[in-house]
Amino acid sequence: MQPANLFLLTLVLAVLAYGFGYARSRSLAMPLGGIRHLKSLPFYYGARAALWSGIPALIVLGLWAAFQGKVIQLIVIGGLPPELAPQSEGQASLLLSKISNVASGALPAGFVEAPIAEAAERLQALRAQSRMLMSVLVVAVAVLAGFLGWLRIRPRLNARSQVEAILKWLFFACAALAILTTVGIIFSVAFETFRFFGKVPFLEFFFGSQWSPQTALRADQVAAEGAFGMIPLFTGTLLISAIAMVVAVPVGLLSAIYLSEYANRKVRGVVKPLLEMLAGIPTVVYGFFAALTVAPFISDLADSLGIDASSQSALAAGGVMGIMIIPFVSSLSDDVINAVPQSLRDGSLALGATQSETMKKVIFPAALPGIMGGILLAVSRAIGETMIVVMAAGLAANLTANPLETVTTVTVQIVTLLTGDQEFDSAKTLAAFALGAMLFLATLLLNVIALKIVRKYREQYD
Amino acid sequence: MTDQRSQAEIVRQSLKRRYRKERRFRAYGILAIGIALSALVILFTDIIGKGYTGFMKTSITLEVNLDGEMMYLDDPTDSRQLKMADFVEPLVQALIQEIPGATEEDRDEVRGLINPYASVTLRDALKQNPDWLNTTRTMTFLSHTDVDVYVKHAGDEGYSIKLDEQQKAWVDELLERGVIETGFNDVFFSGGDSRDPSKAGILGAIVGSLLTMFVTLVLSFPIGVAAAIYLEEFAPQNKFTDFIEVNINNLAAVPSIIFGLLGLAVFINLFGMPRSVPVVGGLVLTLMTLPTIIISSRAAIKSVPPSIREAAEGIGASKMQVVLHHVLPLAMPGMLTGSIIGMAQALGETAPLLLIGMVAFIVDVPDGFFDSATVLPVQVFLWAGSPELAFIERASAAIMVLLAFLISMNALAIWMRKRLERRW
Repeated sequence: MQPANLFLLTLVLAVLAYGFGYARSRSLAMPLGGIRHLKSLPFYYGARAALWSGIPALIVLGLWAAFQGKVIQLIVIGGLPPELAPQSEGQASLLLSKISNVASGALPAGFVEAPIAEAAERLQALRAQSRMLMSVLVVAVAVLAGFLGWLRIRPRLNARSQVEAILKWLFFACAALAILTTVGIIFSVAFETFRFFGKVPFLEFFFGSQWSPQTALRADQVAAEGAFGMIPLFTGTLLISAIAMVVAVPVGLLSAIYLSEYANRKVRGVVKPLLEMLAGIPTVVYGFFAALTVAPFISDLADSLGIDASSQSALAAGGVMGIMIIPFVSSLSDDVINAVPQSLRDGSLALGATQSETMKKVIFPAALPGIMGGILLAVSRAIGETMIVVMAAGLAANLTANPLETVTTVTVQIVTLLTGDQEFDSAKTLAAFALGAMLFLATLLLNVIALKIVRKYREQYD
Repeated sequence: MTDQRSQAEIVRQSLKRRYRKERRFRAYGILAIGIALSALVILFTDIIGKGYTGFMKTSITLEVNLDGEMMYLDDPTDSRQLKMADFVEPLVQALIQEIPGATEEDRDEVRGLINPYASVTLRDALKQNPDWLNTTRTMTFLSHTDVDVYVKHAGDEGYSIKLDEQQKAWVDELLERGVIETGFNDVFFSGGDSRDPSKAGILGAIVGSLLTMFVTLVLSFPIGVAAAIYLEEFAPQNKFTDFIEVNINNLAAVPSIIFGLLGLAVFINLFGMPRSVPVVGGLVLTLMTLPTIIISSRAAIKSVPPSIREAAEGIGASKMQVVLHHVLPLAMPGMLTGSIIGMAQALGETAPLLLIGMVAFIVDVPDGFFDSATVLPVQVFLWAGSPELAFIERASAAIMVLLAFLISMNALAIWMRKRLERRW
């Protein structure tokens, strides 16, 4: 049975357990003189049986579904004759995809070696067996645990407190998933990053000024020796982010000031949602706009002025990214400006300062830490932004500060290295994870600092 | 006395300058808003201007003589024969009939007007209606992409017209006679991706998006609400709770591509799940949207006044009963609103899905959670990268469909907030 169907079946079994538990508690209560002699309401006896039946079964189902693919792969690869056994991980994945293609019928069995065809048959048999076993196991666990839960129903059993305790643990597990996700991110990038540093020296990665990850996939292939220096990628990322901030910070800040200090309710009610609309547009749309409208426009404009500009200039990607970040900056600064106590404003105005003087000399300095925090968050956003740069920035890792030239960024390289053909133990693929680790660390650092600043600032006026 | 007057004098003199400054500052604010709003307007007009033609198709209506001898076919129910038969010839002949002055010698040029898939359409029609053999039928076919581009964009410098002069003259003539027509592009909404722009549609991507969103919603909403309940109502004040909160806040600001790396390393490499399937996409997007949903759900729970809790506790409800019977129903509208906004974010997300292989070229509409699929934003990305301008117009059209989905989701959220949210 498919995991999705099995999931539904488990739910049905849990509902059944609920029904039986409910009925049993009532029938136990009958001779005592009604349900008021039970420790809990019949609902809780039923719910307890349902939880007993459902939770273990779902855990078994989840674990089985998560690991069956990997285990089957290992068994199939292990069962290959020694002359076909893969030498490296890359070969293994190639072989596996071949076998699964044969198994799914996409590749006729006659086209491959006999052991591969056999392996494909074994793969299919194993898959069927695994599905079978999983179904039997899950149903057995659900029925057995449900039966046990049903059996142990007693009038004096405090079902309510048990159900509540289980629910509380469930809620806790959901909240703890956030930690698990963070741990997952750290492990998935850290592990591959360490393997990467086993192949490429630490110093080359951090201080190398050459980036050309095109290494030879096969031994007989003619290709340049790969170079993994991340300096050009980080300068490229910083250049594009800087351009984005040059667009976003003044526009975002000034519109926030206007909206919070000058605009009347009506204008605010119209303009604010429109600005927020900019934040809701998917990044792929911005990327499309940058690559197909802004970039050609900039290069044509530069051409007509007699300047040489690339058709994938950093200016196009950065400018459009800036537009995307405007609402981010404006709504954060809006919050911060509104948090400045009215008494400061009134005091300044009472002394005869104009509104703009109040803004510049009183409110802005008071709000500055909060605004800085918001800007740092926006920078971290710009650094991690992917689709705009993938579509509008280039692939050439130039070490330049000229916004009309093409640069590449960390995120562009991650996407390029990890889409398309990949071999999982080559330095090329691992480099993507190393870049991911750097990206994660950089944004984490920015976020932690920014959140600290914002929080500290809030406490100041609370 | 004199000193004071001069002070006032100074102030009065500077007033003009100060007021000017004030006006200038205000103008800067208006300018900034103007820049932001005009960017929005330019973006929308650019996409609509590029893409509205994507909703139109160009078709050719022909009287096709389904002559068995010409097609080398005498039994349309025989699938072997159907495979071998020539379905291009009747189309070419029908078109030569329609074009005055076209002869057998022009057959290659004539053939260049019909879509390569037209013969497949004809074959499928014959397969379904075997009795059509040796009759003459009036049927409508897609035109060739080059004709489509010429009809829609003649005179537009950005587009390169690939038809030669003679073909252009023919198309003009056929347009006038109504043989070639433009109409609503139903193919765009009823098919999957294709190498041929006229045949490419977004149905596959829409279904892929819906499947992915379903997985995301089913997982992230209950988990997010449960986590929010725990953190707001049950969590003890200790280091571990703080740690969870810090984690959630940080995850909300982690770049989305990092979640793609997580999905690639954990779901695909560690668990051996297949690439480019909606389930894995949904799992990755779940992890990505969870912080958003948790944060908005917590805000919704916080807004339920303590008097409700106290009243329920006062009549003997347990903590869990207070939460499940009173706080949760009252906070539900706020939670739903936050989740819809989170879902809208997930729907537009592209980067993490690229890493888990949802960029594959997939022609078929996916029919399950474990079937290879692509999603709407990724389809836009794929088409936008194509050198053919006919695909660019379809990418813009797909963006319009995507934006329509997003705007309606956000409108729903706003409507729900206005309608259901209670002020205490």
